[in-house]
Amino acid sequence: MRSDLFLLVCLAVAGIVFAAAFALGNDYYFFAGYVVLQYVVLATAWNILGGYCGYVNFGSAAFFAVGAYSAVAVHRFHPLPIPVLVLIGGAASGIVGFAMGYLTLRLRGAFFAIATLALAVVLQTLVVNWDYVGGSRGAYIVRPEAIAPFGSYIRYLFLVMLLLAVGAIFAARLIERSRLGYGFATIRDDELAAEASGVPTLRLKLIATTISGALMGMAGAPLPYYIGFLQPSSAFGLDYAVNSIAMPLIGGTTSWVGPLIGAVLLGSLQQIATVTISSAVNLLIVGFLLVGFVIVAPNGIIGLVHKYLRHQPDDELVGRRHVSIDTPGSTT
Amino acid sequence: MIFSFDLLINALVSGVLIGAFYAAVTAGVSLSFGILDIVNIAHPAFIILGSYIAYIINARLGLDPIVASIIVMPAFYALGAGIYQIYYASFEKRGQESLRGLAFFFGLLFITEVSLVLYFGVDYRYVEAPYIGPTLHLGAIDIPLRILVPCVVSLLLIGALQLLLTRTFIGRAIMAVAQDQLALKLMGVDPIRIKRIAFGISIATASLAGAFLIIIQPVEPSVGREYIGRVFAICVLGGMGSLPGTLVAAMLIGIVESITSTFYGPSWAPAVSFGFLLLTLAVRPAGLLGR
Repeated sequence: MRSDLFLLVCLAVAGIVFAAAFALGNDYYFFAGYVVLQYVVLATAWNILGGYCGYVNFGSAAFFAVGAYSAVAVHRFHPLPIPVLVLIGGAASGIVGFAMGYLTLRLRGAFFAIATLALAVVLQTLVVNWDYVGGSRGAYIVRPEAIAPFGSYIRYLFLVMLLLAVGAIFAARLIERSRLGYGFATIRDDELAAEASGVPTLRLKLIATTISGALMGMAGAPLPYYIGFLQPSSAFGLDYAVNSIAMPLIGGTTSWVGPLIGAVLLGSLQQIATVTISSAVNLLIVGFLLVGFVIVAPNGIIGLVHKYLRHQPDDELVGRRHVSIDTPGSTT
Repeated sequence: MIFSFDLLINALVSGVLIGAFYAAVTAGVSLSFGILDIVNIAHPAFIILGSYIAYIINARLGLDPIVASIIVMPAFYALGAGIYQIYYASFEKRGQESLRGLAFFFGLLFITEVSLVLYFGVDYRYVEAPYIGPTLHLGAIDIPLRILVPCVVSLLLIGALQLLLTRTFIGRAIMAVAQDQLALKLMGVDPIRIKRIAFGISIATASLAGAFLIIIQPVEPSVGREYIGRVFAICVLGGMGSLPGTLVAAMLIGIVESITSTFYGPSWAPAVSFGFLLLTLAVRPAGLLGR
C-alpha cells in the first residue's frame, strides 16, 4: 500500500474511532481510550529503537516525563494550546534522546539498557529538586471545563492523542519501508557486519533515539492536562516503562502492527482490570504476560499468526540465526 | 570550620561503611553480569525479597536477620539455579539474550515488586536485633552499630567469595567459563552446569544482602529500584567481575554519596551513582580497574 493511501486509511479509522466514542456518549470511554492511545504512541516509539534497532530502552518513563514536565514548565510561564505543547515536549525529549544516544550508543546492548535506567533516575532527581515545576510536591494544572466544538475537555485531549497515535504509526511504517529502516535492521541483526559494510551505524542509532524519544515526549505532553496534578513519582512511574516494553514484545517487534496490537490488547485489558479487579493486579498481569510471551512466543502475536499461516518459518522472523558450538543440545 | 571538618570525617567514615554494604549488594551482579555476562537487572528485586524473608523470620521467630538469611541461602541458590535453567533454555540457547533476555529479567523485577506490594503493602518494614540502635563514639566519629555489623559481615562475604573464585575447582571453573566455554568443555566440564552454579551463588548472595539492607534501613518494595543503577554503576566502575575492584568502587560510590547527602541534601544522593554510571559508561567503559 502506498504511504499517502495508508495515511488516509489511518485517518479514516481514527475518524471512526472518534465517532464511535462520541456516539457512546459517556466521557468514561474518552478517559479510558486516551490511556490506550497514549500506550499506542509509547509502544510504537519504543519499537522504533527497540524493535527495529534492537536497543532496549528501559527509560521510556523518563522521556515521557520530560514531555509532561516541559508542558508544565511552559504552562507556568505562559499557557499555550496543547498541540504547541506537544511539539515543545517532543522537541525537549528528542534533545534528551539525542544526548542520551550520543553518550551511550558507542556501547553495545546491555550497557545502553542500563544507562537508560540510570537516565530515568537522574532526570527524576532533577525534577524532584526543581521547584519551578513543583518539585516533589507536584504541580496542579487547572484545565478549562469545556472547549468550543467538542463539549468537554477530555474529548479534545482524546482527539489530540488519537492524531498523535496516527502520526506515530504512520512514521513507524514510513521508517520501516525506507532506507533508514533497512539500516536499522542491519544494526539489529549484526552491528559489526553492518559497520564493516559501510552502514553509518552511529548516525542511524542517533536518529533512532531522537525519533523514539521525541515521540515519547509528545505522548507525555498532554498528561498534565489529563490528570490535572502531576507528581514526579507518577510521571516517572515504572508502569510506563514496563508497558512500553511489554506491548511491542507481546504484539511482535518486527513491524508497526505489533506495538499497535500489543498496546490495544494490553491497554484495554488493563483498563478493564483496573475497574473490575485492582490496579496493582493489572500490573502483575502485565509482568506475567511479558515473561510468558518472551519465553513461549518470542516473536509475539504476529509471530504466532505467521506460524499458524505457515507463511514463513519462525526462525526467519527473528532475522538472526544463532550458530554456536559451545552449547550442548542446541539445534542450530 | 571545625564543625564542618567533623561533618566531613563522619561523612567519609559512613561512606566507607556503607560502601562495604554496597559491595555485598553488588557481589551478586559482579558474578552474574561481570563474569557470566547475564544482565540480571532483577538482582535488586531479589535483594528486597531477601529483606522481606529476613523480616518475616525475624518477626515470627525472633531470629537474628543475618542468621535467618544464611539459613534461607540454599533456597535462594535453588531459585537462582532454576532461573538460569529457564534463561538458558529460552534465550541463551536460541541466541536471543540481548533483547528478550533483558525483557525477561525486567519482567521478573516487576513481578517480584508488584507481588510484594500486593502481599505486604507499601508500608515500611523493619527488623529488630540487639545491634540496631546503639552507636559507637570514637572521639568526633559516630559509628552506628546497625551499619558496622553489616559492613563487617559484607567484608567476610566478599572475602569468602574471592577465596571461592580463586582457590576452589568450582571457582576456577566459573572464571574459566567467562573466558572460553569451548576450552572448558574440552577439559570435560559442562559449562552450563558451571554457569547454573555460579548464577545460583549470585542469587544466594542476594539473601544476605537483603538482610543487611533491612538492618540498615526500613524497607518497602520499591526501594530496590534505586539500587539498580547503583549496583550496575559499581559493577562497571569496578571493572566487571573483579571482586576487589567491586569493593573499591563500592566504597568510592559510598563516600561520594555520603558527602553529597551531607553537604547538598539527601534528595540529590540517588543522582550521584547514576551520574557516575553515565560518566563511566561514556568515558571509560572498562571501569577504574578494568582488566
